[in-house]
Parts: sequence; C-alpha cells; structure tokens
Amino acid sequence: MTTYAPPSSPRMRGSKPRHWMPAFAGMTMVLAAAFADAAELNADQLQRYQKMTSELRCLVCQNQSISESNAPLAADLRNQVRDQILAGRSDAEIADYVTARYGDFVLYKPPLRPVTLLLWLGPGLGVLLALAAAFMFVRRSRGVTAPVLDEAALKELLQPEERAP
Amino acid sequence: MRYAVPVLLMLGLLALLGYGLTLDPREVPSPLIGKPAPAFDLPQVGAEARYSTENLKGRPVLVNFWASWCAGCQVEHPFLLKLAQDYGVEIVGMDYKDTDADGQAWLKRLGNPYRTLVADAQGTAGLDWGVYGVPETFVLDSSGTIVFKQIGPMTEQAWREHIAPLMAAKTP
Repeated sequence: MTTYAPPSSPRMRGSKPRHWMPAFAGMTMVLAAAFADAAELNADQLQRYQKMTSELRCLVCQNQSISESNAPLAADLRNQVRDQILAGRSDAEIADYVTARYGDFVLYKPPLRPVTLLLWLGPGLGVLLALAAAFMFVRRSRGVTAPVLDEAALKELLQPEERAP
Repeated sequence: MRYAVPVLLMLGLLALLGYGLTLDPREVPSPLIGKPAPAFDLPQVGAEARYSTENLKGRPVLVNFWASWCAGCQVEHPFLLKLAQDYGVEIVGMDYKDTDADGQAWLKRLGNPYRTLVADAQGTAGLDWGVYGVPETFVLDSSGTIVFKQIGPMTEQAWREHIAPLMAAKTP
C-alpha cells in the first residue's frame, strides 16, 4: 500500500443551508491554493499552466488531474509545471519531463504509439464490429421466408376450433 | 452451432477480464526500468558528507524510499531488517518528505536497515525517480542502472521471484 497523509475532503451532507458552507469553503481553498501557485504567471502563461495541469493525472488520486488534487505530489508537480513555464519550456518539453519520470499514464491524452493504438482505436473498432454483426444478423434473418399457406387448408385448420365446445 | 461464435467471443472476453482481475489498477509501471538512475545530490541524515547517484555505482544496491509518516513502511520494515542483517543486502534509505528528527526517531524505535540514510526532505529525488507514494524500492545493478521497481511494501515474494535473481543474492 502506498500512503500520503490523507487530505481532508469536504463532503456535502443533507440540504440544510449550514452544511454546504464547509464544502464551499473547502473548494474555495483548494482553488485558491491551485491558483496561488500560479501567482507569477502572465495571462498567456496562466492559460498554458491551467491547460497543462488539467491534462496531467494525479498519480496519488488517479482519477483527478493535478489541478484538482490536493495531494502533496500534485502540488509538487504543479510547481514544476509553473517553474518550467517560467523558464520558457514548451508544452511538449514539460510533458516529456513528466512522462520520463512517470510514464504515459500521467497524460490524460496518451500519445499515439504502437502500445496505445488499441486504446485509441478500440472503441471505434468495437462499434464497427457491433454494427457489422448486427448487419450480418439482419441479412441472415431476411433469408427466411414465411411458408405459403393454402386458403382452403387454412380454413380447414381453423374450423375444428369453431366447433369445439 | 448458431451460438458458437458469440459463446467463443464471450469466453474470450471472460478470459481477458479474469486476467484483468489479477492486475492492480493503481500500479503505475516505471518508465525508468533499464535507464540509469536519475541524478541527485542530497545531504545524509546523521552524517556530514553528501550522497549522490555516483555513490550508488559499483555494486548492486536497493534504494528504498520511505518516511516516518508512512504506514506501509512499517509493514515492510521487518523484512528489510532481515535482508540487511541476515543477508547482507545493501539498502540505501531515502527519507522522503520527512524531517531528520522524525526519521531518526522512527528508525531508533523500529531498527535501522539502511547502510546509508539520505534526506530527501523536499521530495526532489522522489520527483525525478517517479515516486508517487511510499514505500517504493528501486533495484540498481553495479552500473547504476535501474533494473526493477517494487511499488508498495517490499514482500518476500517480490524478493524471491524478481529481485534476488537480479542481484544474484541469497533468498530467505
């Protein structure tokens, strides 16, 4: 098991007005913390910073980006991104920096490589296969024709039923 | 026979999913396997000289990232002590995001398996080594190349199956 000192997370409980305040305060503080990191960036840099940090996965929480997460590692990575933007590195260079250390999993948009080909094309292929299967199924069932009924034979079949008590 | 193809596909899918159940989704494989250990130059805990990646070369060595605030580190600790004391394995301890005082107190209480203890107080080495939680242990060969990474506590199984062969070391 890997552990960091767990950050407290605000929880929404019930509908009483008082209960949303801790959650609201908590969220504001998290947002303030994320943006306080970015205090020295100009408008362009800030935009790059926000974009990059929302596209990098926090490996501690794993379903949050480093811009959302309040894990210590996320804060470290946000600082790295900020420092490298200030140092004039390009987005690609910063992405390379992080993936060299943590692997492709840290990017929310993994690069198109032979390894990730199935990841990118899989859903599309799945839909195509399903459509093809459905198409084949429909075609096969079209081949079945209803038997041709003779009117007289049909009447005879039905009549015994009419006479039954 | 009509259902042969769907059944086969279903069995195939079940096999794939069954295999997936044996995997740990939180485990992030390290891109550093087979690469030289990332450079660092940090102070030691309780010793004057600094310690750097260069010092890690020349013999196979374990680099264990741990901290006094980490629960999993307590789980692996007895086994690390066994490796160090009974099997003579060299373990370099990286005290991650910790204070010297807390680290030393913890080791005093639980025992010290580390031949060298390095203070990674800001986690800068951790960031370069791709550490995303503690404990994590890296296995380096004599050329200073990372050959294996154990994510989470060191286990006897991981040692026996993966690490001991790499270090040509004895197994418990």
